[in-house]
Amino acid sequence: MERHRDDIGARTGMWLFLFTEILLFGGLFMLYSMFRMQHGAEFHKAAENLNRIAGTTNTLVLITSSLAMALSIAAIRRGRKAASVALQATTVLLGCVFLLIKYFEWSTEIGRGIYPNSPALLKLDHGEILFYGLYFVMTGLHGLHVIIGISVISFMLVSTAKGNITSTDHVRLENSGLYWHFVDTIWVYLFPLFYLVT
Amino acid sequence: MNPGKTEQLKTENKNGEMTYILAWAMLVALTAITVGVYTLHLGTAGVAIALVIASLKAGVILLFFMHLRQESRFLQSVFLLPVFLLGAIIGLTFIDVWYR
Amino acid sequence: MNESGIQPGFYAAPGSRTGIFSWIFSTDHKRIGLLYLFSIFSFFAVGVCFGLLMRLELIAPGRTIVGPSTYNAFFTLHGVIMIFLFVIPGIPVSLGNFFMPLQIGARDVAFPRINLLSWWFYITGGLLALLSLFTGHGPPDTGWTFYAPYSIRTGTNVVLAVSAAFVLGMSSILTGLNFITTIHRMRAPGMTWFRMPLFVWSVYATAWVQILATPILGITLLLVIIERLFGVGFFDPAKGGDPILYQHLFWTYSHPAVYIMILPAMGVVTEIIPVFSRRTVFGYKAIAFSSMAIASVGYFVWGHHMFTSGMSDVARVVFSFITFIVAIPSGVKVFNWVASMYKGSIRVDAPLLFVLAFIFLFSIGGLTGLILGALATNIQVHGTYFVVGHFHYVIFGGAVFAFFGGLHYWFPKITGRMYNEKRARLAWLFLFIGFNALYFPMFILGWEGMPRRYYDYLPKFQPLNVVSTVGSWIVATGLILLFANLLRSARKGAAAGPNPWGGTTLEWQTSSPPPHENFGEIPVITQGPYIYNPSKGKGHGTA
Ligand code: HEM
Ligand SMILES: [Cu+2]
Repeated sequence: MERHRDDIGARTGMWLFLFTEILLFGGLFMLYSMFRMQHGAEFHKAAENLNRIAGTTNTLVLITSSLAMALSIAAIRRGRKAASVALQATTVLLGCVFLLIKYFEWSTEIGRGIYPNSPALLKLDHGEILFYGLYFVMTGLHGLHVIIGISVISFMLVSTAKGNITSTDHVRLENSGLYWHFVDTIWVYLFPLFYLVT
Repeated sequence: MNPGKTEQLKTENKNGEMTYILAWAMLVALTAITVGVYTLHLGTAGVAIALVIASLKAGVILLFFMHLRQESRFLQSVFLLPVFLLGAIIGLTFIDVWYR
Repeated sequence: MNESGIQPGFYAAPGSRTGIFSWIFSTDHKRIGLLYLFSIFSFFAVGVCFGLLMRLELIAPGRTIVGPSTYNAFFTLHGVIMIFLFVIPGIPVSLGNFFMPLQIGARDVAFPRINLLSWWFYITGGLLALLSLFTGHGPPDTGWTFYAPYSIRTGTNVVLAVSAAFVLGMSSILTGLNFITTIHRMRAPGMTWFRMPLFVWSVYATAWVQILATPILGITLLLVIIERLFGVGFFDPAKGGDPILYQHLFWTYSHPAVYIMILPAMGVVTEIIPVFSRRTVFGYKAIAFSSMAIASVGYFVWGHHMFTSGMSDVARVVFSFITFIVAIPSGVKVFNWVASMYKGSIRVDAPLLFVLAFIFLFSIGGLTGLILGALATNIQVHGTYFVVGHFHYVIFGGAVFAFFGGLHYWFPKITGRMYNEKRARLAWLFLFIGFNALYFPMFILGWEGMPRRYYDYLPKFQPLNVVSTVGSWIVATGLILLFANLLRSARKGAAAGPNPWGGTTLEWQTSSPPPHENFGEIPVITQGPYIYNPSKGKGHGTA
């Protein structure tokens, strides 16, 4: 049976999936709003301790990775396979850099004895406990999405190299791009909510 | 109905590399602004400004990187649905927590 | 062709796989629909057994067959299975999968492989739920709502049960996005939005609820797991958290989930009524729009489950008010159905009997829902058997009766054979009488103050509890009759022909059972469905 091909349909499916992702994170944004409303001052105090340089760097890293992703699709559309592969590799690499920086940030906090349910954390005010709880859960869930994104794009990279993704048939790559940009968008909100709440 | 060929072409994204690079520059600039505003320590107003800037950034990503500009009218209109819904969920819960 | 003159249709699909593998790896929407049908009814049987066991325990006060902790596990698993493994997937994944593509004139859904994947997620979730029974420190005992803080503190096997519900949620999301894309992209030429059968509209509205509500459940369940493993403290007042926020998150999903259950059932009802009254549907657009209206307003009423939770007064009044608004589109539908039958030439076969039962039972469920939606009366009956009576009337009397109606209505199309009408009516009679005996006493018991979720009760409640338990046996008999009849007829029934009811929607224009890929040639649509006056045309086909 000839496979029914419908690129618009495929993209529609991906967008609908992203809607579900918005609402998945949405539940956490709801909790964030309620807790921040009740504990504004403590949120401020806790946020002071996060590393703003790391957060800003990571923002730039993700934005740039998104650019590479978008360019890789433009490249394959023009049939420039090698360029597309290189740009996808850049995206993957920058994704890994993001995770690495995140890893160092988490290690610092854990090194200070701050992690969910830790004795040092429980001594702090309620608002600070909640702030760090949200911080770990939300950046953790986001990090998980970054990992998934990296895996998917690596897979696409191989497909492109093998010639399965071409200038006329690349909706899979486009959909992976949509996912990656979405992950970037979530970070666009996480960054101010955790690093800039003062 | 087989999706018409013309329809397929209309929504084919024609963004050039330049569009992407400009979008990226805008994002970098907005990041710089939001960090700059942070250093002024404006309190709650600062958080509001940061969120507005974040939404601008999200808009740039959506319109240019994710090509929402060229997508079908259906997608453009329903995109606001989950966003609006999330607002409503937060709003209604807010009514509870605020007046408690 | 076999000895009875029935084409094998898609049952003889070409393909390299044979036997069971030609089903569990099939991407044909009809095969997946049947896979789902058998899977969900297998779980339904398990859920019914738990229900019967609970009723048996409640035949007399005090310990009858099980003690309190076993009873807690019973109602938890009964609830989890009935909700997450039976009614939520329910009509869309089975009848919807089978008939929605047929009704819009498509050869399959937009993403056939994702369709199959969703079934695998479903089975994985189901197995995890069953596994939670036998592993860890005892089966979960939280109720299907997994309320914090108890779900975070109890030593029982909550993580596994919650993971099961999470995986089932992913399955539901995949079905939803698949169906929306299908309805947008795969309609036959001329099948404009307002020419679609109303069952398709209802599946469409349901799919939106599935993708926009289920993620909230996903994050809620994920948080239960995270809380249990790491103790973050979002729902723990000792750490500044707030258990009421758990309830907000949970009901933000679980009230809309009620519409995932009931909207497709309303769609089935709307298909059956015109065919068995030989009249066009009264108020096509009103019904289509009311589906969408129910789906959207239904998002904003979740707080009516939390009137006694400690929520603020303002929020209680707001939620109570919006709840009354949702009743309007549901009322619109009931009036449209009744008006559609008015002056029709009604033919009271089993499908219509189930529909009539649906309208009756659902109306009782809906009206008692208003008592629960009103703030003042809710306080009186909250947490009592009144609630148990109410939601069984809505879900079992509503959704499940309509499901049974749909099963009979489409049985000849699915199997190519006719079921035995006399036995079907007998089963219906048992179910209808048994149902009311089983659940009506619960309204009285609840009004008098018998609390739900206890294995025991005050002796003064016994007479009505006995009636209820006897009712459960009658229902069980009815269920056995119904399924025995259908299973037997699937092998022995007389050939049904392509269009035994004279339906005017597209599924009746192809052979029974439909061939692989549904249609020889994709039909072209020139007018709406449900046209029974020959001078006005033939709807989507021969009326
Ligand atoms: C023969 C069929 C059934 C029987 C005998 C039955 C019986 C019961 C009883 C006695 C309870 C109350 C337990 C308590 O509060 O102590 C209950 C709860 C419940 N039932 Fe059923 N039921 C049946 C079918 C169904 C169906 C078809 C559904 C949904 C599709 C359903 C969904 C539920 C749910 C969600 C609960 C609440 C569980 C909880 O409190 O956590 N039941 N059932
Ligand atoms: Cu509700």
